[in-house]
Amino acid sequence: MNIVVCISSVPDTTAKINFTDNGSKFDANGVQFVINPYDEFGLTKAMMLKEATGGKVTVITVGDATVEPVMRKSLAIGADAAVRINMNATDSYSTANEIANYLNDNPADIIITGRESIDYNGGAVGGMLAEMMNLPFVNACNGLELSGNTAKLTREIDGGKENITAELPFVIGGQKGLVLESELRIPNMRGIMQARSKPLEVIEPSSTEGLTSSVSFEKPVEKGACKLVDADNVAELVNLLQNEAKVI
Amino acid sequence: MSVLVYTESWEGKFRKSTFEAVSYASETAKLLGTDLVAVSLGEVSNDELNKLGNYGAAKVISASNINKGDGQAATAVIAEQANDANAIVFSNTYTAKMIAPRLSAKLKIGAISNVIEVATSTTPLTVKRKAFSSKAIEIATVNSEKAIISIAPNSFGLIETGGSLTIETSDTSEKGGITIEGQETASGKISISEAEIVVSGGRGLKGPENWGMIEELADLLGAATACSKPVADIGWRPHAEHVGQTGKAVAADLYIAIGISGAIQHLAGVNSSKVMVAINTDPEAPFFKAADYGIVGDAFEVVPKLIEEIKKIR
Repeated sequence: MNIVVCISSVPDTTAKINFTDNGSKFDANGVQFVINPYDEFGLTKAMMLKEATGGKVTVITVGDATVEPVMRKSLAIGADAAVRINMNATDSYSTANEIANYLNDNPADIIITGRESIDYNGGAVGGMLAEMMNLPFVNACNGLELSGNTAKLTREIDGGKENITAELPFVIGGQKGLVLESELRIPNMRGIMQARSKPLEVIEPSSTEGLTSSVSFEKPVEKGACKLVDADNVAELVNLLQNEAKVI
Repeated sequence: MSVLVYTESWEGKFRKSTFEAVSYASETAKLLGTDLVAVSLGEVSNDELNKLGNYGAAKVISASNINKGDGQAATAVIAEQANDANAIVFSNTYTAKMIAPRLSAKLKIGAISNVIEVATSTTPLTVKRKAFSSKAIEIATVNSEKAIISIAPNSFGLIETGGSLTIETSDTSEKGGITIEGQETASGKISISEAEIVVSGGRGLKGPENWGMIEELADLLGAATACSKPVADIGWRPHAEHVGQTGKAVAADLYIAIGISGAIQHLAGVNSSKVMVAINTDPEAPFFKAADYGIVGDAFEVVPKLIEEIKKIR
């Protein structure tokens, strides 16, 4: 069983988000980068599937050399090999296209992306990849059980879940539920040592043109000061919500 | 030339997010000086389809044999109708998140998600979108002649035009590589992403047995219930209620945070709400810096009083 997990290197969830060069570029200064949380659920699920059925887990990232610490962390968690496509991922289509090129030469049984990355939140690479490879895609996937070549999957829908059956190969966009938060793996010392000698292959990209461009970024408008209401005067809060904010 | 909008239905009914997508698409069609065509998948009655006219659709193509959960089939059907379309509009629902990227790859049209405003320029189409989990606004543009736009729910609102439409049917019966076995949904629950009011609880509530008052308050207000990440992680509430950076995004008219300190990850997921209220014992809780209104006090005293006061006006 070949499982490929697509990983994004993203600012830590606690990071303050700022921009430089007149708001055109993310300011990475002093920012800690982590495995995209949605991808981490997928990576852990891939490890569990491998432990149950045997096989190989490869992580793939489209990015420059600055993403390598996150790839090494994935190897320390237990992935067998890592592939970096040496290109700045600025557009979902070109990113998906590079990954599809790799997968056409190196076929996988299960391809796992995160539901979205927490930086650009495009949420598009998994679906695009599936279309390029003419494979089924189950997004917001929060359950996957494999028996032989058949998988029972669940995806989150508004107010519940949908149960799906699919044959390998397919693409999923993972999220919490695929594994539990408590099942996420923290690299141990042995894993970290082993990761140093695991292969991290760097591939040069083809020259796909992106379909979208980022023009600039701005920060959301700051809220005004909070109006505090005394705990003994809850009626005043209701009055403000009804007559000032007009939301109830 | 036209603008195409995917009008999602749930058990044969449209929701507010559908009409919002039609309203947005109708404004886009005006900008481009063209007509708006809707595509509906699955069984939807003519009475229901007619409602789309009231938000600006001139025509709807109803493909009743298609299950929207089958992303390959849904994409193929929408692509068939997209030949003349200069822009294709979605509401950013779970289903749209499967279809829009596929459509982008299939037709080689740039797709932009999480869009919050109508286009600021049409050559090329340029829009504002939420990025970095709502910690930033990105101005993004497509490099293709055509564009796929997915709008964030509750970001645009509804615009009624009082128009009417023509209904065309499509008997296409495409099928993709998955089998949909069925759905498990909690009936009567208000969807967090579409809710006008959300009442949310955190660790300050001390245990799952104390959620009765949260649910009572939500019922009174016609609100959805939600919770912070720690609460979902400990198992006090289902994961589907987790709102924040790695959970669901909230863009409600009113968000009431009870016993939630307001970690940066939580605020990122909810700060698109128009009005936020914080109720917390700790006056230093970061939520008071983000909220519009606040009460420093014990939830177990404040919430029952709040319920009583709201009963007086409802």
